[in-house]
Amino acid sequence: MLTVSIETQILFAGILFFLGLIGLLVRRNMIFMLMSIEIMFNSAGLVFIIAATHWKQPDGQVMFIFILAVTAVEVSIALALILQVYHHFKTLDADAVNKLKDHN
Amino acid sequence: MDVFFYIAASVAIISTILAISGRNAIHSLLYLILSLLAISVVLYLLNAPFIAALEVIIYAGAIMVLFIFVTMMLNIGIERETEKKWLNPRMWIVPSILALILLVNLILALKNVKSIPADNNVILPKQVGISLFSTYLLAVEIAAILLMAGVIGAYHLGSQKKKVKHRFLEIK
Repeated sequence: MLTVSIETQILFAGILFFLGLIGLLVRRNMIFMLMSIEIMFNSAGLVFIIAATHWKQPDGQVMFIFILAVTAVEVSIALALILQVYHHFKTLDADAVNKLKDHN
Repeated sequence: MDVFFYIAASVAIISTILAISGRNAIHSLLYLILSLLAISVVLYLLNAPFIAALEVIIYAGAIMVLFIFVTMMLNIGIERETEKKWLNPRMWIVPSILALILLVNLILALKNVKSIPADNNVILPKQVGISLFSTYLLAVEIAAILLMAGVIGAYHLGSQKKKVKHRFLEIK
């Protein structure tokens, strides 16, 4: 079926990972930072699938399911935190949340 | 079949670039969903149809809907000053170049790998399930504990503090 070499496939996953890394480093909006983390998680899972296909073992797909579970937990917690931050600071700027001082 | 891989990969990369560089959060999230669907096509081409379905159902279906709901609840449409300042080229060019150096490093490393030809056979969901509940049973239970902790944490963080209002007794 697919005759693309494994290097090209891993290169695709690597490009996605680095796009996520650039987004995480550059953006200051918390929603965008969380999206970038999602992209990086997803590309890591893609590498697991590529390896699973290459060695014809189901273990890589099992790992992808675990990544999916971790991502779901991470996103729900992070979005709850973002809601709290927005209620406290009225902004999503990550630089605004640099004080541990109580603002009440 | 290769041409489908290249088309899906380029759609995924372009929509990811648009997603991380957008100004409007909702537009970026929709681009990200498009990127996830393209990755799902790639996963299908990689002989993992079960994972491709999970990608559409859980990533694009559940996680991204959660994102979109929170974005709509926060009602973010106004461009913030700090972000505008950060998005001029002087600020983002250095981290981008550093990340690109890492990417070039990865490409050069991949060039030196001796290529092994892969033959194709589909890994069925049955094999995945058997592996999941025999070899990785302990990891499944740990993931269950993690999900439980996530539920409790999200409930705790999401609950609003109840404000007690009384005519004479104002508790701050």
